[in-house]
Amino acid sequence: MADQNAGERVPTVIADELHIVYRVNGAKSGKGSATAALSRILKRGEERGVRKVHAVRGVSFVAYRGEAIGLIGSNGSGKSTLLRAIAGLLPAEKGKVYTDGQPSLLGVNAALMNDLTGERNVILGGLAMGMTREQIKARYQDIVDFSGINEKGDFITLPMRTYSSGMAARLRFSIAAAKDHDVLMIDEALATGDRKFQKRSENRIRELRKEAGTVFLVSHNNKSIRDTCNRVLWLERGELRMDGPTDEVLKEYEKFTGK
Amino acid sequence: MSETTHDGPVAVSAPPSPDEGLTAAELAAKYGLSVSGARPSLFEYVRQLWDRRHFILAFSRAKLTAQYSQAKLGQLWQVATPLLNAAVYFLIFGLILQADRGMSREVYVPFLVTGVFVFTFTQSSVMAGVRAISGNLGLVRALHFPRASLPISFALQQLQQLLFSMVVLFVVAVAFGSYPSLSWLLIVPVLVLQFFFNTGLAMIMARAGAKTPDLAQLMPFVMRTWMYASGVMFSIPIMLEGKPEWIATVLQWNPAAIYMDLMRFALIDGYGSSNLPDHVWMVALGWAVLFAAGGFVYFWKAEERYGRG
Repeated sequence: MADQNAGERVPTVIADELHIVYRVNGAKSGKGSATAALSRILKRGEERGVRKVHAVRGVSFVAYRGEAIGLIGSNGSGKSTLLRAIAGLLPAEKGKVYTDGQPSLLGVNAALMNDLTGERNVILGGLAMGMTREQIKARYQDIVDFSGINEKGDFITLPMRTYSSGMAARLRFSIAAAKDHDVLMIDEALATGDRKFQKRSENRIRELRKEAGTVFLVSHNNKSIRDTCNRVLWLERGELRMDGPTDEVLKEYEKFTGK
Repeated sequence: MSETTHDGPVAVSAPPSPDEGLTAAELAAKYGLSVSGARPSLFEYVRQLWDRRHFILAFSRAKLTAQYSQAKLGQLWQVATPLLNAAVYFLIFGLILQADRGMSREVYVPFLVTGVFVFTFTQSSVMAGVRAISGNLGLVRALHFPRASLPISFALQQLQQLLFSMVVLFVVAVAFGSYPSLSWLLIVPVLVLQFFFNTGLAMIMARAGAKTPDLAQLMPFVMRTWMYASGVMFSIPIMLEGKPEWIATVLQWNPAAIYMDLMRFALIDGYGSSNLPDHVWMVALGWAVLFAAGGFVYFWKAEERYGRG
């Protein structure tokens, strides 16, 4: 695989008729009472009390090395779900995703603990993303400086629950962006922090794009899609509605949303 | 449904390459792409898990520290909680119910406290295991790591918790006349074996709990039954005197009772080997190996399915 001809396009992610179904327990009927739950159990049927949400329906596409792909669509159209499936974090109901190496989602929030100091969270988050202790040690100061947490005093040694929501979001982004990735997926990460921090994070994302083979970006901000992506996938109700160069798809999308 | 365009370097259909006409699977094979989220081989899985050893340790310690970080006394509760626990059991079973049949006070108090701590180790590992996946779906859906890291990490957290309790246990043993001796060294292999048993059990529970979160509601009752059947606060042979012998044998050979008895044997002067069932070390080893290996394989078999629902 990899570098053959400069002109040849090397696929990094292939989605083949991908279907994703969520199963939600205890949401079958509107009634949440115990008797309703009991009658559900007594009624026959293979999957009692389980409601299925068909989030992605038969999406196929091929992504190539060096592409930056934007994902657009209204809320609940399956964008984040599709990213998670590409990352291999959500099992596919039908169809397959093939990837080159291990795609990673830019998101570390879930591994961090509010009761721990920022310092320990940097280490924990780095380890959770699969960095080694040495890598974290080498980047520790960069992460803290980038987040700007210590600009207003020694906050990094305080528990994260004492941070303002903006500060916590900045630290989370700084930790997540500290690692290099092959296929990188960014889910609405650009909306955190104040103006100054947003600028800084946009720059960091451009850097990450250079290092990564392929970048996926989910955003509701058409401008940031236009600035960073050269191809756009438009999802609506879990189906791929359009796939093409940024300008064309965005023009149709803006017509669709009535802008 | 999708409209594709034909111009520009990024057009999707009709790429000017020899790849045209290949199916997705053939294209993937040609460029060496692999199925995302596929389950690695058992050997590869062990290797991945080994790579994540620092994360597993850091996660377990973080959970342990986070537990008491809001309390004024802070980490002091690590020791104070088991101490209070032991005091409550002593009040009820030692003073009120007088369950110390056939044992002197010097033996019974450390006997009871050891039983409570050792059983709590298994109990909390099981409870943490049930929620290891279902309670951490956010983590499972956001980051990539061998999922077995979670139940192992939780079992490790309980082990560290137990080490704090051991401090209390040593104090109790000494206070009731069992002084440190060579036999105390046996504590180490007992703890190792029990840890392996607990980890295996936690992995089994994690897979079951990921499929059926309701187990988290059911398990406290199962665990309490197991506790009363394992002789935490009474001696099984003495309690079952006159009943058919096999009942006592079965109860004594259950893993929780085995590890408790071995720990008591190691710690307490007046608790001799006559209290232990036959082949006790072999049984202890057998349970540990059976559950650790079996639990690991059982957990790995569903690796690619964690995170749904």
